[in-house]
Amino acid sequence: MELVCPAGTPAALRTAIEAGADTVYVGFRDETNARNFPGLNFSRDELAAGLAHVRRHGRKLYLAVNTFARAGDEAIWHRAIDDAAALGVDAVILSDIGLLDYAARRHPRLRLHLSVQAAASHADAIRFYHEAFGVRRVVLPRVLTVPDIAALTPQIPVETEVFAFGGMCPMAEGRCSLSSYLTGQSPNTVGACSPASHVSYSEENGETVSRLAGSVINRFPADEPAGYPTLCKGRFVAGGEASYLFEEPTSLNTAAILPELRAAGVAALKIEGRQRGRAYVRSVVGAFRRLLDGEAGAAREADVAELRQMAEGQRETAGAYQRRWR
Amino acid sequence: MTARLSLGPVFFHWDAATLRDFYFRIADEAPFDIVHVGEVVCSKRAPFFAPHLGEVIERLKSAGKTVVLSSLALVTSERERREARELAAQEELLVEGNDVGILAALEGKPHVVGPFVNVYNAATLGYFARRGAIRACLPAELPARSIAPIAKEALAELEVIAWGRLPLAISARCFHARAHRLHKDGCQFVCARDPEGMVVRTLEGEPFLAVNGLQTLSYTWCNLVCELGTLRGFGVGVFRLVPMRADMVAVAETFRATLDGRIAGAEAMARLEKLAPEAVFANGFVHGRDGRAFVEAALGTYE
Repeated sequence: MELVCPAGTPAALRTAIEAGADTVYVGFRDETNARNFPGLNFSRDELAAGLAHVRRHGRKLYLAVNTFARAGDEAIWHRAIDDAAALGVDAVILSDIGLLDYAARRHPRLRLHLSVQAAASHADAIRFYHEAFGVRRVVLPRVLTVPDIAALTPQIPVETEVFAFGGMCPMAEGRCSLSSYLTGQSPNTVGACSPASHVSYSEENGETVSRLAGSVINRFPADEPAGYPTLCKGRFVAGGEASYLFEEPTSLNTAAILPELRAAGVAALKIEGRQRGRAYVRSVVGAFRRLLDGEAGAAREADVAELRQMAEGQRETAGAYQRRWR
Repeated sequence: MTARLSLGPVFFHWDAATLRDFYFRIADEAPFDIVHVGEVVCSKRAPFFAPHLGEVIERLKSAGKTVVLSSLALVTSERERREARELAAQEELLVEGNDVGILAALEGKPHVVGPFVNVYNAATLGYFARRGAIRACLPAELPARSIAPIAKEALAELEVIAWGRLPLAISARCFHARAHRLHKDGCQFVCARDPEGMVVRTLEGEPFLAVNGLQTLSYTWCNLVCELGTLRGFGVGVFRLVPMRADMVAVAETFRATLDGRIAGAEAMARLEKLAPEAVFANGFVHGRDGRAFVEAALGTYE
């Protein structure tokens, strides 16, 4: 299986290559990708240099243009696709049907991947993207179990890529307006969920209280580290009881089910986290490289332990890959 | 032609007899031009209403309503995929596709693109229009500054949600079951206990969302009765009301009277406040703000 790794900065790109990534995926420094955070992503020049570095090592680079083009501002997204084609990236990762249509017509030789943000969750939807736009690979939404994936892969004429590690949405991706409802900024068109510009922390009665757009997302006692207030990972009250109603602050980790994913026909594993630093990239990419190369053996336990350290709040889940998640 | 009114699909798990009687009354009394039926949130609920679907459709058609069958928003299982294909294959009624897979199956015949499909720009709408879409209900979060340029291209008729709790997210996980420490597979249909969704509060007690099985909705109720004229000016042809437990006949009459110019926005707002005294109204999304905001100022015209 191909190991597809995040690079939020040129330094992270070099680290990912060094740690054994087969492929890095990146975004331009604007709202055309779903990790549009301050200080992150690539200028056109940085991308050209990054691509040269990737080429020197015989690896690949994918560019995510995976937000939805805002009506009236489509030129920003068209430019991203045109520049990707001119730079010669190995694939662009798209989700907007208008943009897929644009890319397929303007750049027929550009390889297209379907972003998780398109949430194509079954064979009919995936086949549509292939037949209509020539999409060659689908990043599967995190709503499918491993048996679902095993049933799906023989039915579709494209490769499948699945998330292997990192942050995960409990909602179908690209179909969630929760952050938009609180902040007025749509992750789908601005590229940032629960944006830092709307986050605040305060000390109240000995607890740290995290807020998004003024609404309490969680409280932490003094001895507990305060997590980032991603809306769907907060503690809320429903039916009179406080709980992590949507999802615990936890990371997806598939280290234990790699053989099952391989057997299900998965072509590529994706590590989430373009917003994470070089230490995370080095550690997670390295561990997955060793797991994929070595499979069983002594290295395995150490790698599994290292991945647990990198998980959000040191908590991990196999998420929707297991039916009991639902 | 003046704008038309549509009744969206019922998002909540109302018991079958209540739902049947609701549609009978809509057929007999409410000034809707278009009525959507069908389960869009959870396929496990659909069998309960199936025995009544035929008689409800007949009653609505006899009353002169255009009946549209709305499809499931999130398709994951083989059974759901088969049911979506069957829905697309039937020839009797117009289908609203809420998933890209069923839209593919609807190619070549007139159909509607539902609000769960990401239409954020004219190019996307144009693509579907070339394949047979005659109308699209835009996603709830689209601001007027996006609606106006999409409408300007006039590629297919546009519909905008103007009333009720807004659909914000859909998941493979059932949050209703989870809140009751149950699993989706053994959910005991606890979602039926909350006919307008289960209110979700912050740890400070601030209500801000509503959970409906796999779906998460706004706590606030969308109310665009004061924006109808401006949106109509953009070219929006249909306004959709999300069914809530308020008197939907009276709500529809209020929107109809406003669209016809028989009552002013202030009068309409006063009537709607009386019809839904518990509701907190919001119009933030269309104003380009957070969805829960209520903006008093008139909507910009985005010329």
